[in-house]
Amino acid sequence: MWFSGWRVLKEGLTGNKGWRPHWRDPDPKPVYDAVIIGGGGHGLATAYYLAAEHDMTNIAVLEKGYFGGGNVGRNTTIVRANYNLPGNSEFYSHSLKLWEGLEQELNFNTMFSQRGVLNLFHSDGQRDYAARRGNSMISQGDDAVLLDREGVRSMVPYLDFDNGRFPIYGGLFHPRGGTARHDAVAWGFARGADQRGVDLIQNCEVTGIDIQNGKVTGVQTSRGAIRAKKVAIVVAGRSSQVAAMAGMRLPIESHVLQAFVTEGLKPCIDQVVTFGMGHFYISQSDKGGLVFGGDLDFYASYAARGNLPMQEHVMEAAMTLMPMIGKARVLRSWGGIMDMSPDGSPVIDRTGVEGLYLNCGWCYGGFKAVPGSGFALAHLMATGRPHGSAARLRLDRFETGYGLMDEEGTGAQHNLH
Amino acid sequence: MRLPCPICGTRDRREFYYQGAASMLERPVSGELDAWHAYVHVRDNPAGRTRDLWHHEAGCGAWVIVERDTVTHEVFGAVLVEDADAD
Ligand SMILES: Cc1cc2nc3c(=O)[nH]c(=O)nc-3n(C[C@H](O)[C@H](O)[C@H](O)COP(=O)(O)OP(=O)(O)OC[C@H]3O[C@@H](n4cnc5c(N)ncnc54)[C@H](O)[C@@H]3O)c2cc1C
Ligand SMILES: [Zn+2]
Repeated sequence: MWFSGWRVLKEGLTGNKGWRPHWRDPDPKPVYDAVIIGGGGHGLATAYYLAAEHDMTNIAVLEKGYFGGGNVGRNTTIVRANYNLPGNSEFYSHSLKLWEGLEQELNFNTMFSQRGVLNLFHSDGQRDYAARRGNSMISQGDDAVLLDREGVRSMVPYLDFDNGRFPIYGGLFHPRGGTARHDAVAWGFARGADQRGVDLIQNCEVTGIDIQNGKVTGVQTSRGAIRAKKVAIVVAGRSSQVAAMAGMRLPIESHVLQAFVTEGLKPCIDQVVTFGMGHFYISQSDKGGLVFGGDLDFYASYAARGNLPMQEHVMEAAMTLMPMIGKARVLRSWGGIMDMSPDGSPVIDRTGVEGLYLNCGWCYGGFKAVPGSGFALAHLMATGRPHGSAARLRLDRFETGYGLMDEEGTGAQHNLH
Repeated sequence: MRLPCPICGTRDRREFYYQGAASMLERPVSGELDAWHAYVHVRDNPAGRTRDLWHHEAGCGAWVIVERDTVTHEVFGAVLVEDADAD
């Protein structure tokens, strides 16, 4: 089924009776060329690019719940390529380029909106850092504009510029950054994969990984055994449990991250605004809700809901930055389970088991990575070589210390990112 | 979430700083790279019962090992690190 303006018009005039399910609901086959564990954004994108770029169509995505039930449907949808360090820099740059062509590629409206991302700063030292980061972004081929206080004011006049603790000195603006509709990204990749013959299997929990003589041979699932010579673990917050099925222990700690949305309001926040000093960021959805969030709850957790202390902190930061928000009513809040790595950067790599691949460590920033990650993992699985954009996302960097990507410069240790 | 400090009693989570898995108390004795890599980076990261280290920063200042469930946030109990280390 293909979308077009004509089709939408016709369906609208005929009672919308012609729409069909966007993907099949097949039973798992006993053997595939490859299986992907986890039907979040990354798993679905991997399946799509395996089929679309590498003609690997005899493959399946195994999802224990439903597509979009994990972090891909829980995030605050910010897409950006404003990283500082080699490794992250080229990876997110490539991912943003894929985002820019994604709706045409998938024929699916992901509501990708390059409204710009504005990072505020509050001191001379922070301005220097913002300038440096902007230069890294520009030398990577992406865009960045250093704004002074008046430049920021003309964009977002409603901030508290003279806050006693965090007066606004300026901001680093990334015009090509923005937001997208998270569910639509999962659905678009799912539909594209299904159209190319990929079996998308929901309610299918992987319970074991079969290994013989150091090679992966398949998986055990709640819907029976499935054989495959290539298996990818793409399960975000559940990475440690699934990797343990292959006898691996990972440098990952799972934490809860919360997000909030207000009632729908008239358009008032045109960009994504981030207030790093208060651990607060905000944007407005197309429905009008203010979507905002803060930092992790900061203790290991698998509860997909948060605690009140972080909620209080986020609300306080919101009031500090933009007092006008005090009039808006919060509609909902929720949490997702983040796969936190020691340096705050991800892994797309082989493992010690032949044919077994690992994709994890996305922390709180893996939504913008969805196309880039799927593209790179598909490339690695199909060709046996890492894609250029992801060649540094190696698992052994923690062991060797070589190639750590510690963006915050705090040290590659848990609890610091 | 409230945590039971063995010295102060049950206190608000905000009074505590979270350090991470209590395995950090088992510092490697040798200089082996593997052991240090495991100690610093690798975690069991259980979905269920866990023991982790909290610092009662805004209270008595004690380091506490809390046993709790990472899925339900139920807290089972806590002991002082100095008592646990003495075993
Ligand atoms: C509140 C919040 C805000 C965020 N904001 C942003 C943001 O603004 N920008 C950004 O870039 N990123 C953001 N993120 C991070 C981003 O959402 C994640 O990094 C990313 O979605 C993780 O990849 P995924 O989509 O594949 O994960 P998921 O959607 O979680 O997919 C993993 C899937 O694996 C499945 N699974 C687990 N175990 C098994 C098993 N045994 N068998 C089968 N299936 C299994 C799960 O059910 C799940 O569906 C945010 C996250 C949260 C929670
Ligand atoms: Zn105490």
